[in-house]
Amino acid sequence: MPRGSRLLKHLLLIAFGLVMLYPLLWMISSSLKPEELIFREPGLWPSEVTLDNYGDGWTALKHSFGYYLWNSAVITGLSVLANLVACSLAAYAFARLNFPLKKLWFTIMLGSIMLPHHVTVVPQYIVFAELDWINTIWPLVVPKFLATDAFFIFLMVQFIRTLPRELDEAAAIDGAGYWRVFLQVILPLCMPALATTGIFTFIWTWNDFFSQNLYLTNSDNLTVAVALRQFLDSSGESSWGPMFAMSIVSLGPIFGFFLAGQKYLIRGVATTGLK
Amino acid sequence: MSESISVTPERALAPKRAPDQPPGRRRRTPHVNIHRRREARAAYVFLAPWFIGLFVITVGPILASLYLSFTDYSLLEEAKWVGLGNYTEMFFEDDRFITSLKVTTIYVVVSVPLQLAFALGLALALDRGLRGLSFYRSVYYLPSLLGGSVAIAILWRKIFGTDGLVNGLLSVFGIQGPGWVSDPDTALGTLILLHVWTFGAPMVIFLAGLRQIPQSYYEAAAVDGATKLRQFRSITLPLLTPIIFFNLVLEVIKSFQSFTQSFIVSGGSGGPVDSTLFYTLYLYLKGFKSYEMGYAAAMAWVLLLLIAGLTGVNFLASKYWVFYGDTK
Repeated sequence: MPRGSRLLKHLLLIAFGLVMLYPLLWMISSSLKPEELIFREPGLWPSEVTLDNYGDGWTALKHSFGYYLWNSAVITGLSVLANLVACSLAAYAFARLNFPLKKLWFTIMLGSIMLPHHVTVVPQYIVFAELDWINTIWPLVVPKFLATDAFFIFLMVQFIRTLPRELDEAAAIDGAGYWRVFLQVILPLCMPALATTGIFTFIWTWNDFFSQNLYLTNSDNLTVAVALRQFLDSSGESSWGPMFAMSIVSLGPIFGFFLAGQKYLIRGVATTGLK
Repeated sequence: MSESISVTPERALAPKRAPDQPPGRRRRTPHVNIHRRREARAAYVFLAPWFIGLFVITVGPILASLYLSFTDYSLLEEAKWVGLGNYTEMFFEDDRFITSLKVTTIYVVVSVPLQLAFALGLALALDRGLRGLSFYRSVYYLPSLLGGSVAIAILWRKIFGTDGLVNGLLSVFGIQGPGWVSDPDTALGTLILLHVWTFGAPMVIFLAGLRQIPQSYYEAAAVDGATKLRQFRSITLPLLTPIIFFNLVLEVIKSFQSFTQSFIVSGGSGGPVDSTLFYTLYLYLKGFKSYEMGYAAAMAWVLLLLIAGLTGVNFLASKYWVFYGDTK
């Protein structure tokens, strides 16, 4: 490609990227502006910078925002742990072991990935209500310990299948049982798949609104997502500055994981690119 | 999105291999039998959490919700059998249900093709040795990660509000824009735009697919004098159809179940005038606001059948346009 048109292409791609990110950048800039300037200035550069919105937003609800961040962090952390453990166990069995009806179970597992969540939510809610689990974290976390995020099982099965079987066999000849093979041979090699699972579980759980809004209604155990919604409801069309500020705070961890995972992505692409 | 995730579409669509069988399976000496039984027992231990989850969290509730769909149930009273009552009410008496179906259909039919078109276009622009590829990819991918969050839905509501960003920009040119989210004619459009904005995820999958096409095909075509456009039509597009198909199935299923955006942008009502009343939002309002849980269960089953049907149609239609060539 000639130099000029290559430059033009980059300019177009950068311009398009700016348009894509403009809403986000505008939110960041608005969160730093005094309330009355947000709607008067569509531009990005604040003519007057203040951190008041962050202070006001942080304490706008019953608890400080740190409290809700902590609630989200607990649920998210447990979900990540749960998916890593439960899905890798199931994936090892599907990828490496033989057992009766394996094909049937595998097909069912694949089918459950496509299943709309809503088809199970009403009876689940009824059961969790019977168990007195409404307004606890259990309805959000316990299913994950039972490998209900089947997508990640599939992801790890695909990954384990690419690992050479000779490694398992060599370990077995040395007297390792299934658990040792799983813990000491397969899992360490699965790190890329585990990282993908962890990052995606984190982001999806952190972002999840439907379930958290359903099961957490008491103002003492709201997560960030539900707290933001309450904030929106309670302040209506005013105090957009503090709301933007807290929105940005809520996106911070996702952005962090995105950056951390990005490094990882580039390494993955580089290794496959070498082939 | 990591590399392992981006390989899945192509794998998922490849013809299924028989599960790995150990050699010498037919000779059933006692020793082998003991070994196989031990292996099966170990497998069931590894699968135990998944099995419990499958029956307690998934299969059981699916059947329970089928039963509930034939009843009136409100958490407080016993379920009362009403036969097909919920279903006939849905399709013949409940205008809001029909509206929610319409709104969701428009949303899916408009936003999915647009989103995939952007994804494919950008993937093509970024393919093959472009400098700063990973930077662009990250920038375009970021909205996919954030798009489902409450924070972005709040932002959207403000961007398209009466005195929001869009109207602020328009007023620079002297145009007085409407309140996009409060006008029933444009409210759904803002949600469609939000969905298109998250084209990064399918784009990453397209990029992985493009990388599977051997460079030598293009070199051969160029030697034969094929133009870039011809190369795209005769090489890229046919070889990419399995990935397009994969993305299409995935996005249709996903967007049919959209919830958070319409909930936040409309303040939990599906308004203005039900113009953003997504199917799942209406299901939520029925089941968990007015506690008509039998009705909500019936809606959930209709949703399941709709999604299964749509996916089936997609698979049937794919015979006519998806090309499973021998690319390896």
